[in-house]
Parts: sequence; structure tokens; C-alpha cells
Amino acid sequence: MSFDIVLWLVQDGIVNGAIYALLALALLLVFAVTRAIFVPQGEFISYAALSLALLQAGKLPGTVYVLVGGGAIAALLDIAVALRDKAPGRLPRILAVYVLLPLAMAGIAWWAAPRKLDMWIQVLIVFGLVVPLGPILYRVAYRPLAGASVLVLFIISMAAHYVLTGLGLVFFGGEGLRSQAFSGAHFKIGVLNISAQSVLVVLATVLIMASLWLFFEHSIYGKALRATAINRVGARLVGIPAELSGSLALTLAAFIGAVSGVLIAPITTIYYDTGFLIGLKGFVGAILGGMGSYPLAAIGAVGVGLLESFSSFWASAFKESIVFTIIIPVLVWRSLTTRHVEDEEE
Amino acid sequence: MAARVTLALFLVFMALAPLLVPEFYVTLMNYIGMATLVTLGLVLLTGVVGVMSFGQQAFTGLAAYTTAVLTTVYGVSPWVTLFAALALTAALALTLGFITLRLSGHYLAISTIAWGIAIYFVFGNLEILGRYSGLDNIPPVSLFGWALDTGRESYYLIWIMTLAALIAARNLLDSRSGRAIRALRFRSVMAESYGVDTAMLKIIVFLYAALLAGVSGWLYAHYLRFVAPHGFGVNAGIDYLFMAVVGGASHVWGAVIGASLLTLLREWLNDLLPKLFQRTGNYEIVVFGVLMMLLLHRTRDGLAPVFARLLPAGPGRARPAEAPALARREQPQSGEALLEVRAAQKQFGGLVAVGNLSFEMKSGEILGLIGPNGAGKSTVFNLITGVLRADEGEIRFRGERIDRHPTKEIAARGICRTFQHVNLVSAMSVLDNVALGAHLRGRRGTVAAMLRRDRAEEAQLLAEAARQIDRVGLGSHLFEPAGSLPLGQQRVVEIARALCGDPLLLLLDEPAAGLRYGEKSALAELLRRLRAEGTSILLVEHDMEFVMGLVDRLVVMDFGEKLAEGLPLEIQTNPAVVEAYLGGIE
Amino acid sequence: MSTMLEVSDLRVYYGKVEGLHRASLKVGEGSIVTVIGPNGAGKTTLLGAIMGLLPCSGSVRYAGADLAGTSVEARVSMGLCLVPERRELFGELSVEDNLRLGAFQRIRRGERGLDADMEAVYARFPRLKERHTQLAATLSGGERQMLALGRALMAKPRLLMLDEPSLGLAPRIVREIFHIIADLRKTGVAILLVEQNARAALQVADYGYVLEPGEVALEGRSAELAENPRVAESYLGFAGKS
Repeated sequence: MSFDIVLWLVQDGIVNGAIYALLALALLLVFAVTRAIFVPQGEFISYAALSLALLQAGKLPGTVYVLVGGGAIAALLDIAVALRDKAPGRLPRILAVYVLLPLAMAGIAWWAAPRKLDMWIQVLIVFGLVVPLGPILYRVAYRPLAGASVLVLFIISMAAHYVLTGLGLVFFGGEGLRSQAFSGAHFKIGVLNISAQSVLVVLATVLIMASLWLFFEHSIYGKALRATAINRVGARLVGIPAELSGSLALTLAAFIGAVSGVLIAPITTIYYDTGFLIGLKGFVGAILGGMGSYPLAAIGAVGVGLLESFSSFWASAFKESIVFTIIIPVLVWRSLTTRHVEDEEE
Repeated sequence: MAARVTLALFLVFMALAPLLVPEFYVTLMNYIGMATLVTLGLVLLTGVVGVMSFGQQAFTGLAAYTTAVLTTVYGVSPWVTLFAALALTAALALTLGFITLRLSGHYLAISTIAWGIAIYFVFGNLEILGRYSGLDNIPPVSLFGWALDTGRESYYLIWIMTLAALIAARNLLDSRSGRAIRALRFRSVMAESYGVDTAMLKIIVFLYAALLAGVSGWLYAHYLRFVAPHGFGVNAGIDYLFMAVVGGASHVWGAVIGASLLTLLREWLNDLLPKLFQRTGNYEIVVFGVLMMLLLHRTRDGLAPVFARLLPAGPGRARPAEAPALARREQPQSGEALLEVRAAQKQFGGLVAVGNLSFEMKSGEILGLIGPNGAGKSTVFNLITGVLRADEGEIRFRGERIDRHPTKEIAARGICRTFQHVNLVSAMSVLDNVALGAHLRGRRGTVAAMLRRDRAEEAQLLAEAARQIDRVGLGSHLFEPAGSLPLGQQRVVEIARALCGDPLLLLLDEPAAGLRYGEKSALAELLRRLRAEGTSILLVEHDMEFVMGLVDRLVVMDFGEKLAEGLPLEIQTNPAVVEAYLGGIE
Repeated sequence: MSTMLEVSDLRVYYGKVEGLHRASLKVGEGSIVTVIGPNGAGKTTLLGAIMGLLPCSGSVRYAGADLAGTSVEARVSMGLCLVPERRELFGELSVEDNLRLGAFQRIRRGERGLDADMEAVYARFPRLKERHTQLAATLSGGERQMLALGRALMAKPRLLMLDEPSLGLAPRIVREIFHIIADLRKTGVAILLVEQNARAALQVADYGYVLEPGEVALEGRSAELAENPRVAESYLGFAGKS
């Protein structure tokens, strides 16, 4: 293997690893706040990537139907609760968040699709379509099960994954799509040939991580999320609603998923079910990082990216199995070096 | 009784079903039986022990491929390959188990995904296994020359094995080992303190779950007479988890319920939806997901508890019958040196929890260990019982050094303890919790339990537990879940459990906390009686009146070190103690 | 003196076991009321039910409103705060962040004047000020209790419920905590104090209830309760010596 191939593989690994790192952060966040292993994270990626590709092709992405339909179900659930509690005062907010907002976003997408607007505006529209899916998913799938065991929450995550993948197949079809690159430029530094797209991915990752750090360190909502992750009872006692934390965590996860989807769409052909495997690698990264530390999770995820890149060069048929098998020794090592805490009975 | 009638009706139904229902449903029931086997393993492994596994299909696949290769290539009889397949499954399970079961929580879950994916690729890429197209022409199982090659014939083979496994699992959970298994999930430190080899027991459950999956794989190969990798992908593993959770992950019969529901639902959806939507292949998974969500939103513990409520409630369990008493340890001579702690030291990070602590205890005395909270008293208990390992110093019990022994071996020497934070298996009855204390006084293992060859010993253990529960005054609560008692009484259950271990040395961590005045006097009386019988007691307690009236001597700790030692009266007048600890409120 | 909290016929079940049987009590505005009794009598259960953490039957009226169906968060924003037995601090956040989160509902409503309140809390607990950048998990037992109290005060409570504030603290610290509780009376906050240390509790409180497993056995003015032979024998005997 020559030196420039190594460099090329490293570049490829870092670009993928950066995206896995973002996903690892999202998974970690959702797990810490809700105890759910967030399998549907992958669907946000697919939905965002496919929506962008379809908007570029001048077509209305099927995401709008999922958004409006999901919003309607969430609204119905909340309205039922509001009526039961005899609190009609909540209705306007419910309608605004779950009905009007999705309809407005769908309307914008419908108006914008045939006009093939500037790429950055299309990206914003994709965010507008995908990010609200986070709180909607929380309301519909997770909120009724607050406090359930990790196992039950995992099964619910799988069920949500099935529903969203199935809907993805219905609305996007079985064909893969790839969006245009943000920039086709390349830089040459010595033997290194760096694409602008790679630089963009890494920059965007760093930027998002920095803003997440600011959010968690310096905003009251960020601190409230951390507080919920640290001590659920304590969080309720200072008046942080569990629903708010869960909803916020899934909104962030959806945002991170949307960014990842937009970043990866020009690099790889995305199918309705591709997101799952990408999300799974983010999960592996998070696990390697110990499922507790954000920086370690990010490092673990970049490691997964590099491993994948090199193993696809040496034995591409076994790429996936190498990525998933080689983690066992790492897991053993990590498990031996971290202190075991006995599970609390629920 | 009601449970027996229900079981009998169920068995009759299962015996007659193939004669009554159409062939198509016999096929489905065969699939249900095979899925039940794998799911049952998950009920034990995931639901009861709390080890999440996405990898059971690996064992199913390994057994299926083993029998497929041996019967098609080498012409070996399926009955022989059953043992070969299970031996190979066991070898894989033990290898994986020894490597991965030491992993905690999420690490273990992801490693099961990892081996699940890895083995799928092995199946798909090996020439001898027919790569991705698999192996066919596998012979059916035959019995005395009679080939079981129809669905109805296979039905009986599949369901006899499945029902045997279900009954064995139920027997297992209701036994000495079963109590220990039920403590593994949340109470492994406690279980070790009563002599349970938790690591070994986890591996046994893991092995058992793998073998069940292996039997299912063997049945699968000979029923379908064809194997291919796609039956053993990660999706299959996740399906089994769905079955376990939907059925009710900690209930043996939940395996049947979950396997039936999911198999039938999938079939009906595949059949019905295309007719409804006039197109195929897209909506099944969506509707399936939605139905699963609705179901779990309604009943997060799965369907087994719902079914249990539908059944008529039988009369309560009867009090265990009298049985021959268990053998007791010989108490050492009164006054013999029992426990010596010499210059013990324990640090957490930079914080010295116990520093240079020495004290001795003679047989037949009650020694009080007092001091402000955070003085390190519970840490001393953890050092003596081996839950924590001292950084320096040594601890001797009857002259023998024990500070490097694992917890379960220290327990075997006759040291029984209670915990400051109640450490009971809350869903388990008071009787079962207390009987767990006698774990080391029985020896029947898991296989004997499954075959019900443990009943004589079990009767002795339960009778002993009931005796100890009577002794602490909770005789009317035998069958209540321990978690439903008030906290004060739960502490008393802990004491009964410790007594059930026939201790030479009893370590009691704040036993009187949460008791009312009368209950405290009764407890003090009980402890005095135990002392008279020769049991030595090391007591941590905050309630001074309780302590002063009971103990022979006191050791006072402050900030991890020994502040004073002496008779109660001396301690009460010791100026250093008064200043640090007994200082008045006003 | 108007009634701040009125609990009547409160029942709580854990599965089949009744944790609390028809408990009734009242807390007047600005007064300190204590509930004493042994552990396991249902004191923590009582506070949990009033706070909305546990499902219960019977009625809980607070500041004239029936609290049935009101979420925990809504109760907090109405000025009802609980300092639980286990403190429930945010161990991996700093002391200052813990205090700030105590005012989460107020910040959400856009209230001002938090910095002044923070200073007031620091003035009351100078040790928290010294350690304001330290993580809550590194505090000693007494400091944790102070932080838990300070965090609750940041919510500007009208009724503060304290569950065993003396639990696990050395006598010296217990004394300090009770002085602080007595001192809080000046701020006008009503206090419902649950304690096993009956002597100290009856010293600071105006009125007391004795909870015996499951139900209220006795009630009366603190001074009278302290004189009551049954109380003296059952509860003060121990507390006096420890």
C-alpha cells in the first residue's frame, strides 16, 4: 500500500468518522436523557439526504406526508390529554406546533420544489422538514413509555424504526439517490488531494460540536438537559418537565441527523434504509467511547470511520463484519478498565 | 390448582390442535414452537438476568448448519447430529460467554450484535455451507424408521421439545438456583455475599439460552430441510427480542405468547394488507411497527401479566411443610479469637474511607461499631465481606487470612451480613428472599432443578426460611413480594435472610433504622438470644439507646479511623467521643 | 392566618400495600409544621403524594386550588417545593449550576432578579459560595443538604417541604441546619418538616403531627406534643441521646 493511498484512506475515514461522531453524540444525548437506544436516528439521515436529492431534482419529497401525518397524530394525542385534563387553553399551542408548523413547512417545500432554488435554501428547507420529526416522534412513540426499562424502550425504538423505514420505502421508493456536491473543488497539499466536500464535512462537524458544547455549558436548557440525564427525580423537583427534556433531546437528534444526511448525501448513494447502518456505526462509536463521555464517543466514532476505510480497502466484502467484530476486544478492554456499577432496580 | 387445570387444558389443546386445524396453521404452529424455544432462552437471559442479547440467531444458525452438513455430506443420523450440533453450540456459547459476559450493560449488547453479524457473514461466505444459497436436501428426523416428514408429524416433535423446555425453565426458576438467578440482575453483590457464584450462574443461563436456540436450529433444519444464511441475520435476533418483550420478558409463558402473537401477526399482515391496499410489500412493516407501539403503550410489561389476570386466581400458596432441619455449623468456643482487623486501609480516589483501622472480636460477643455517617462503617463491612478489597492491612477470620478471598468464599466461612440500603429482590416473595440466604446450605444445581430432582432439599431450605421468618416476627408475610413491605420490615427480612445462612459472625448494618419502639425491643431481644446461642454479632447502628443496652464493647470511628474502643460506659464518658459524636443538640 | 396547604383523607397505595391511610393535615401561611414518626410510617410517601410524585386519592388543596391532575412542574411553578430525603442533586454539575437550575421555572417565565437571589442564598450558606465552582458530587453531607435547600430556595417557594433534613448528618451540622430552618421563617415561607429527630423538629415547629405506620396518630401545638407522655416515650427518648 503506497503512501498516497494511505493518505487517501485516512481522509476518507476521517470524513465518514466525523459524520459517525455527530451521530454518536446524538445517540449519547438521547440515551442519557431518555434511556432509549435511538435506532430511528438513521431514518433522519435517510430522510434528509433523500429529501435534498429530490428537491434538487425539482420534486416534492415524501417527507412532507410523514411530517404532516405524524404531526396530526401527535396533535390528536395531545388534544385528547388536554380535553381529559379539561385544559382547553393548551389547544392553540398544540395546533400551532403539531399542525400549523408542519403544514407551513410542507407548503414551503411544495412551493419551492419545482423552482429549484439555491442549494443552501434547499438545505434549510430540508432542516425544516426533518427537524420537527424529532419532537413528533417523541410525542407519538416515546412519551407514553417514559420511565420504561431500557429493553422496552429499545423495542419501541425498533418499532419506530420499522414504521419510518416502511414509510421511507413508500414515499421514496427503493431506488438510491445522491445529491450534488456542495463544491467540486479540490486542494492539493503536497501529495494530498483534499476535496472541498471533505473539508466542509469536517468543518460542519467541528462547528456543530462547538455549538453543542456552548449549548450544554452556557444555556439553561442545555443545563436542564444535562440535569435530567444526571438525575431524573431531581430534574422533576426543580420543575424541568420530563417531556420537555425528551422532546428537546429528540429535536437535537433530528437536527444532527438532518445535518449528517445533508453532508453525506453527496458522498454516498443513499437508499431509504441506508441510514440504519450509518446510525449503527455511530452507535458503535458511542459504545467504544463508553456511552457516557462526549469527547470519547467522538474519538471512538472517528476510529470506526478509519477502521472502515482501511478494511474496505483490504477486504471490502468483509468491511461490515470487520468493523463489528474488531470492537469485541476493545469492548473487553473498556469494560475491564471502567468501574462496574450495579443496575438500579426500576 | 387453577394453574394446573389451565396447564392441563393447554396441553390437551396442544395435543389435539393438529387434528383440528388446517395444515397451514399446523405449519404456523411449528414455526411458533421453534421461535418459542429461542424466545424462552431470551426470557431467562434478558428478562430475568437482564443480559440483552441480539445474537441468539447465531446459535440457531450454528446448530442448523452443523446438522445440515453432517447429515447431507456425511450421512449421519439426525439424532446423532443433535448432540453434535448442541456440543458445537455449547462450545461457541462458552467461548463467547467467557469473553463477553464480564462486559457490563451496553458493551455486552453491542458485542451480541457484533457476533451476530460476524457469524452471518461466515455462513454466507463458506463454500462448504453453500455460501448465500445455503444447503438443501436435509433429511427429516426419523423415529424407529418412521420419517417425520409431514407438518403434523413434525408438530409433535417440535412441541414435545418446546413444552419440555418450558416446564424445565419454570422448574428452574422455582428452585435454589432459580432464586439466585433472579437475584443476578439487580442484586449480584448481595448474591455473592450469600455464596452465589454469579459469574458461573450467568454463564450457565447463557449456555442454557444458547442450547435452546440450538435445539430450535436443529428442528428448523430438519423441518424445513433447507438452511440459508438469511434465516440467521440480525433481524431474526431482533425478532426474538420482540417476541420476548411483547410476551412479557420475565415470564416463562410469555415466550409462547410472544412467539405466537408475532408469528401470527406477521402472517396475517402479509396476507391481509396487500388485499387492503391493492399493492404489496410496503405497508406490512409500517402497520407491524404501529401495532407494536400501541401494544407496548398499553402494557409495557408484555402480555403474560394480562393473561395471568384473565386466569382464575387460585388459593394462595401454602406455608412450607415442616422438613428435616438442615445441618448447622458448629459454633466456635466462646471467647475464641474470631475476627481480627489489622491496620486496614481503603482509599477511594484521594479520599481515605478507612485508614489504619485495627480491632478484634471474640467469639460470642456483640461488638458495636459506631461513628458519624461517612465515618467508614459500611466500608469496614465491605472490606470484611470482600465486596471491597483493602489497599493495605489484613483481616483474619478464626486465624485465617481472608482479605484476599472473593466474597462468596468468605460467605462460605460463615459470615452473613445485612445491607445498609435494603438489598432484596423486590419482586420475589419474602420466603424466596430469605431462602436465598441458605444458598450455601443446599447443593442441588440447575439440572436437578429442571428435572425436579431437588424437592427434598428444597423443602428443607424453604422450611428453614419459614422458621427464620417466624423468628423475626414476619410469619404472616411469607408470600408477599419483599418490595411491597414497609422499609423497616424489609430490613427485618434482611436479618432473617442472614440468619438463614447459619452464621458464625453476623454483620448487621443499621438493623434498627425505621423500626418502632416495640419492634426495636423485639429485635434487641432476638440479638441477645442469638448471642446466647453462640452467634457473634458486629453491629453498625445510630440509635444509641439500642446500641448501649445491647453491645458488649464498642469501637468508635471518625473519618475512617478508630477514635476509641471500650465498654459502653467508658465510651459514653470519653471526651473525644463526646466531642466528635455524641455532642448534644442544644 | 390563612391556610397554605390542606390535605384531607390522603391515601396512597404501593401495589396492594397501603402506604398511607386517610392522612389529613394543614399548614398555615408562614408557619412551620412538622410531621414526626418512625421510618416506614409513610412520611416520605406523604410528601411524595403532596408533590405529585405518587398517585393518591383524597384531596390536596394548595393556596386555595385543588391540585388533582396538576403536574410536578406546575406545582413547582406555583411555589411548592420539596427537598427530598436523598437530596437528588445534579452531582456532575457545579454548585452554581445546581442553584441556577433551582430557578428553572422562573427563568423559563422570564423572571429577573436571579442574581440577587443567588447572592441571598450564598449569604445564607457561605460555604456554598466558597465552593460555587465545585461539582455537587464532591460536597460533604452537610454541604449537600445546604445545596439542596439553596436549590429549593432559588425557586422562591411559598411552601417548602423538607424530608429528613438531618438524616445522616453529624450532630454539629444538624444543629446548624435546624438554625437555618428556624431562620427561614423570617422570609415568610411556610415549611412542612418531616423528621425522625423529633426533639429538634418540635423545637422549631409551631404545630406537629405524629404519623404512625400509615396514619396520623396525634396532633397538636409543638410545645404540647413535646409534653405528651406518649410522644416523649416513643420519640424523644432516642432523639435526646443522639
